[in-house]
Amino acid sequence: MRPFKFTNTKNSSAAINLLDRNPNASFLAGGTNLLDLMKEDVERPDELIDITRLDLTSISSITRGKNAGGVLIGGLGKNTNAANHQLIRKDFPLLTKAILAGASAQIRNMATNGGNLMQRTRCSYFYDTAMPCNKRSPGSGCSAMEGFNRMHAVFGWSNECVAVYPSDMAVALSAMNANINVMQKEGQIRSIAINDFHRLPGNHPEKDNTLNHGELITSIELPKNNFAAHSAYVKVRDRNSYAFALVSVATGLVLDGNKIVSAHIAMGGVAHKPWRASIAEALLRGKAATLANFRLAAEAEMSHAKPLFHNKFKVGLGANTITAALQLASKGTDAVA
Amino acid sequence: MSDNNTKLTKEEERLFGDLMPEELNEIIQSGLNRRHFVKLIGLASAGLLTSHLIGAEQLFARAIDMEIEDLPPIAIENGVTVNLKVNSVGKIVLIDSRTTLLDTLRERLRLTGSKKGCDHGQCGACTVILDGNRVLSCLTLAASCEGKSVITIEGLARNNELNPMQSAFLKHDGFQCGFCTPGQICSAVALMKEAKEGQASYVSTNIRETEVGMMLSDDEIAERMSGNICRCGAYPNIVAAIKEAQTGKNIEQTWLFAG
Repeated sequence: MRPFKFTNTKNSSAAINLLDRNPNASFLAGGTNLLDLMKEDVERPDELIDITRLDLTSISSITRGKNAGGVLIGGLGKNTNAANHQLIRKDFPLLTKAILAGASAQIRNMATNGGNLMQRTRCSYFYDTAMPCNKRSPGSGCSAMEGFNRMHAVFGWSNECVAVYPSDMAVALSAMNANINVMQKEGQIRSIAINDFHRLPGNHPEKDNTLNHGELITSIELPKNNFAAHSAYVKVRDRNSYAFALVSVATGLVLDGNKIVSAHIAMGGVAHKPWRASIAEALLRGKAATLANFRLAAEAEMSHAKPLFHNKFKVGLGANTITAALQLASKGTDAVA
Repeated sequence: MSDNNTKLTKEEERLFGDLMPEELNEIIQSGLNRRHFVKLIGLASAGLLTSHLIGAEQLFARAIDMEIEDLPPIAIENGVTVNLKVNSVGKIVLIDSRTTLLDTLRERLRLTGSKKGCDHGQCGACTVILDGNRVLSCLTLAASCEGKSVITIEGLARNNELNPMQSAFLKHDGFQCGFCTPGQICSAVALMKEAKEGQASYVSTNIRETEVGMMLSDDEIAERMSGNICRCGAYPNIVAAIKEAQTGKNIEQTWLFAG
């Protein structure tokens, strides 16, 4: 690992100022991804600013204003605590399920909620500094495009990058229309809708998201929703636990009897960001919650997929996973497959 | 948790006693040393048992009351002085900012129980308990541990009494080569607290309600221990050991002595 200066602060503004003055500095939160990438020489910060002692770990109900009934989750709280908080388990179980589908107990004890959003792709060519990669080294080319791309994107990729975004948590946040609150220099706060937070690769795959250098994720806001009783997170992977998704689906159904008032569906493992399945959502609105309708909507969504050489299986798998998730959600959040 | 049911069985005591009558207590208290090792290697007729005991050494590791010795730094860039508690003993170490908690424990504090398996957060061999929670010491910078308290495998036994989880691993043969064992045991000890608090897992069926003091099924244990890889495949025995430690009841062994 390359040498770096280690700085520690308990003050958010001080942390932002420290980061802002050094373009090669990084925040250090849980470190589960950053440290790994530094060992691999993919990330090369010359200064780490430890932000784990900032007072941004609480979880609280929003009781007033237009977002009343929602919940505010501290950006530097641990994933384990967010997944297990009573408020989240009771009213936002989809988030609990998604967080618990990711990584291992040890890693969830270390990883922070804001840090989870900042995870970088696990594309093996991004990790391998001997290979070209536009995300790691802009302009060098994409090794995965014609390489081993079984794990890669089927939606929204560009000729520059076919990597997928790895977080499970963010897939649930996408389905729940969360907002990411960030603090800038001088203390201004801006709020970014989760579906605008991560970006598609386009011509700039080196940019994973729309956060600017010098901005700090202070909290994640979950708006109130009506699908706590009918939600599901289904993750399909090469082994049963502790692996990244081939395809995952977060879904919540607002039901009126057997009629679907609204369906909320987001996918992981298929794009450079959590992929909102808006075609399927539109088809399901006002329809009966039946297996046939779930299947039709899922296949309509996946008919727009553009698979690569090794990941054609994700088209069928995606349709099956959406269908299974909708079916589970319609039975109830605690239904067993 | 009851200690009574997690002690060595009579067969196991006899096995250890037969092999090393005079040094057994010493091994349990201070770990396997070179003299024991040479003697074990000399016992050609017990060749298989030797490898088993080397594995067992990981279970015992070193007793908590041994002096932790600091080592002089060799070359340090961006030095950071860190105060931390290691197995209840306060330590102050000057480290390079790049040093992981794992390397600090192993290379500076001579606590080599925690293992470096993959060094990339994929195997769990380096698992330690940091401020009560299991974490990966290979992905934790020691510099970020100022004021924190670390428990390693060396700190689990109390007054030369094994932690019930250690006894259960021994009884159920929850290892073969033993390399992943310190991480498995630290992970399992922290898991007991998580179950007590009613933390959920991906396979939990009742997400919306918190069940305090939950008893873990085999599926729950497998899911919650998935961050600890065992290349020898001792998983059924590890699950049995954890079940025994949690319930305090005899769990049927998945293996038997021959004859």
